[in-house]
Amino acid sequence: MRTIIFRFTAPYLTALMLLFSIFVLLRGHNEPGGGFIGGLIAASAFAIYGIACGVAPVRRALYFHPMAIAAAGLCFAVAAGIVSIFAGTGFMTGLWVFPKIFGTEVALSTPMLFDIGVYLVVVGGISAIALALEERESD
Amino acid sequence: MAQIEATTGGTLALALPFIAAALAPIFKRLFKHHAAWILALAPALAFAILFSFLPSIANGGVIQFGYDWIPAFDIRFSFRIDGLASTFALLITGIGTLIVLYSGGYLQGHRDQERFFSFILMFMGSMLGLVLADDLMTLFVYWELTSITSFLLIGFDHDREKARRGAIQALAITGGGGLALLAGFILIRELAGFNSMSEILAAGDALRTSPYYTAIFFLVLAGAFTKSAQMPFHVWLPNAMEAPTPVSAYLHSATMVKAGVYLLLRMQPALGDTALWTTILPIFGAVTLVMGALLAVRATDIKITLAYTTVSSLGLLVMLIGVGTEGAIEGAVLYLIAHSLFKGGLFMVAGSVDHGAHTREIDRLGGLAKHMPITFVAALFCAFSMGGVTPFIGFLAKETLYHALEQGDAYHVALMASAILGNALMFAAAFIVALKPFVGKLPAAIHHPHEGALTIWLGPIVLGALSLLGALFYGTYHSLFSSPMASAAIGKPVAIDIGWMPHLNLAFALSMATIALGIAIYLGSNGLRRATNRVLDAIGWGPDRGFDQAMRGLLRVSFWITRRLQSGRLDYYMTVTVIAMVAALFVPMIVGKALPVAPEMPQLRFYEWLVLVLILVGIVAVVIAKNRLTAIVSLGIQGFAVALIFMLLGAPDLSFTQFMVETLSVVILALVMTRLKLSPADHRPWRETLPDAAIAAAGGAGFGLFLLSITQRPFDPLLSSFFERYSYAIAHGHNIVNVIIVDFRGVDTMGEIAVVMTTGLAVLALIRIRVAKRNRPLPDPTEATP
Repeated sequence: MRTIIFRFTAPYLTALMLLFSIFVLLRGHNEPGGGFIGGLIAASAFAIYGIACGVAPVRRALYFHPMAIAAAGLCFAVAAGIVSIFAGTGFMTGLWVFPKIFGTEVALSTPMLFDIGVYLVVVGGISAIALALEERESD
Repeated sequence: MAQIEATTGGTLALALPFIAAALAPIFKRLFKHHAAWILALAPALAFAILFSFLPSIANGGVIQFGYDWIPAFDIRFSFRIDGLASTFALLITGIGTLIVLYSGGYLQGHRDQERFFSFILMFMGSMLGLVLADDLMTLFVYWELTSITSFLLIGFDHDREKARRGAIQALAITGGGGLALLAGFILIRELAGFNSMSEILAAGDALRTSPYYTAIFFLVLAGAFTKSAQMPFHVWLPNAMEAPTPVSAYLHSATMVKAGVYLLLRMQPALGDTALWTTILPIFGAVTLVMGALLAVRATDIKITLAYTTVSSLGLLVMLIGVGTEGAIEGAVLYLIAHSLFKGGLFMVAGSVDHGAHTREIDRLGGLAKHMPITFVAALFCAFSMGGVTPFIGFLAKETLYHALEQGDAYHVALMASAILGNALMFAAAFIVALKPFVGKLPAAIHHPHEGALTIWLGPIVLGALSLLGALFYGTYHSLFSSPMASAAIGKPVAIDIGWMPHLNLAFALSMATIALGIAIYLGSNGLRRATNRVLDAIGWGPDRGFDQAMRGLLRVSFWITRRLQSGRLDYYMTVTVIAMVAALFVPMIVGKALPVAPEMPQLRFYEWLVLVLILVGIVAVVIAKNRLTAIVSLGIQGFAVALIFMLLGAPDLSFTQFMVETLSVVILALVMTRLKLSPADHRPWRETLPDAAIAAAGGAGFGLFLLSITQRPFDPLLSSFFERYSYAIAHGHNIVNVIIVDFRGVDTMGEIAVVMTTGLAVLALIRIRVAKRNRPLPDPTEATP
């Protein structure tokens, strides 16, 4: 599968897909998309990069172990729920702020943090499996 | 001391040990070997707070405080301090303070000392909560906490096999009893409607006359008997001696093993005084008393001797609670306090002897009195109290209990006989531990015996002195501790007035007879030991062996079941799963007459036809594909086509997700297939693949019919209209699917991503198992156990 063309285009494709996955993640609250689907796109991006150029470069590029990324995501999600307790509302009650950044109103919220958590769990969990399967050395 | 406000003070006292447990590692680092002094302040302060409540409690007052915990189930985090709880709590925190100091000296230089401090302080907090708890669920939580923390303490030297076994045995037995207790408490809550000890005690006869009395009685008893080491559940207690000596001195004398006795004393006014209670408790108690004392004299390790005398004392207490008369309860209360003091002291003495002489074998000890004078004095004080010699508080206890048992009928005579025999044996055991190592000639094997540091001898001498002072100033002792405790346990105010001055009556005569018999046993202890050994060897089986056999049996059965259910063959799992699915789909449809009617042919546009053709092509390709990789990719074609349909029908979210899932599953399936090193194609003949094909077709048909059947039902728009209305209004999102996932049903999602994470970990572990290991059969776990 490691043709020249594939190997040459894979990094660009991966970068594009990652960018797109973040776009999908962030628009998710109002348009089709969200953390789960975004995470799947990012996971496929890494899988493609891994098939094209080998697993070691992917692991280097990720820097953290995929499972650690997933764990961080789970922590984000739980934290997003717990923040609400300290705000005096029930666990997982959505909290919203609308600060103006460079003159544009930006909606920030605990559900967004939660969705980022979902994204990271999916990216981490699936990449961990895919990368481990792609590795041939341990056979 | 001024009265401290009850809620604040009580909560602080309950929290102090846990706070100290959390801080122990930091203090250990900061203060090195002085940490024990700082940490001991926590129980000391708790003791002071509880002591400040004493004036009002001694007058029959009850302090109650608490917080709502789970209001929906009427579960509260609530506490109740009356005479019974107060005396227990003072023993726990008071002896606890001495034990923390003692551990500081005893385990000095141990690499895990800070962990030990944490464990023992956590245990102290759990035990304190147990005796102060009012709400039944609060009590249960603390009850199990003591089991868990004692597991940690017994297994503290976890690199020794015997310590691990002792820890697991204690956890299995006391934890198992705890579950029975939970069942009992649930019965009391659900069927009798009482949520707390206060309600139970206020209700009088309600539990005794309840139709569920027998069940409640046996369940509570299971909890109490396992915790308080009644025969045949006593085995964990001697084995728990694997723990460092401070643990034995604390858990296995003054505190944990008394939890069961506490529960019985606490519930005696509500559950006691029935035929069941006055039969079963005294029988088990008396057997435990005599057998425990016999085994104590038989043991040669002084720590084991003490452990068995504890078993025996617990038997005596259970027997007295079972008799349940006013006098018997008074005797039990006096004996309980005396026992906590002298047994805690004697265990610490045993530790000091071990520390100074480096052995605990009675045959190899002797002549230590000259070298360890303070320890010797402390040992003698404790032994006099244990032997019931005046003027020590053990004497007050023994006089009272003999007095309570002196009645003419056979029942009382039998109990009296076992009490005398047990007490005489315990008298002998007390002096085997407290006298034998100190007198006679110093064996050559002991080099440089020495007194330990201040922290080591402080505990035993304080407890020994208290055993003496309590008896000398018996008026204060009774009015502050024993009378309020007995009043709470009996359920009405009583005043104990027994003093250290002996009166010439039957009880005193029996006391003297006990001591005489005890001295005889002490002198003949070697012969008795040999005789008991012969008898036990002849029997050759005991509850300890029984425990191992039960555990091995459990492993065998679970191994057998696992082997039956988990064949390890993928095709077997797939077949079973799909057949179960087919059954789950078809049976309700056929039984509930919900089979769909034939739908009308819909009017499709040409591109919709095109997609359908694509799906069919994909499926046909899967079936006829010559090699597996082609089949997997064809499956992907079929999946993409379905995603297209979602897109055409206006579900972009679903379609999007379907695309990604299909892509990833093709990639991952292909990777897995190449790893499994299967032959590239399926070469089985038709007659072998046909059954699989039939099952697969049934599965597909089942799902198809099921979906048709659902869509033919009238559509209930309740949920969709709710979400349409509120999605933006409440959750600021136009994408309903996403709003449901991250907001309305966010907790579900949290569970799901936790599953994704766990699955990822499990798959990683599976992949890492090396191929070479795959062909080896499962090891039989029963072969690994001793």
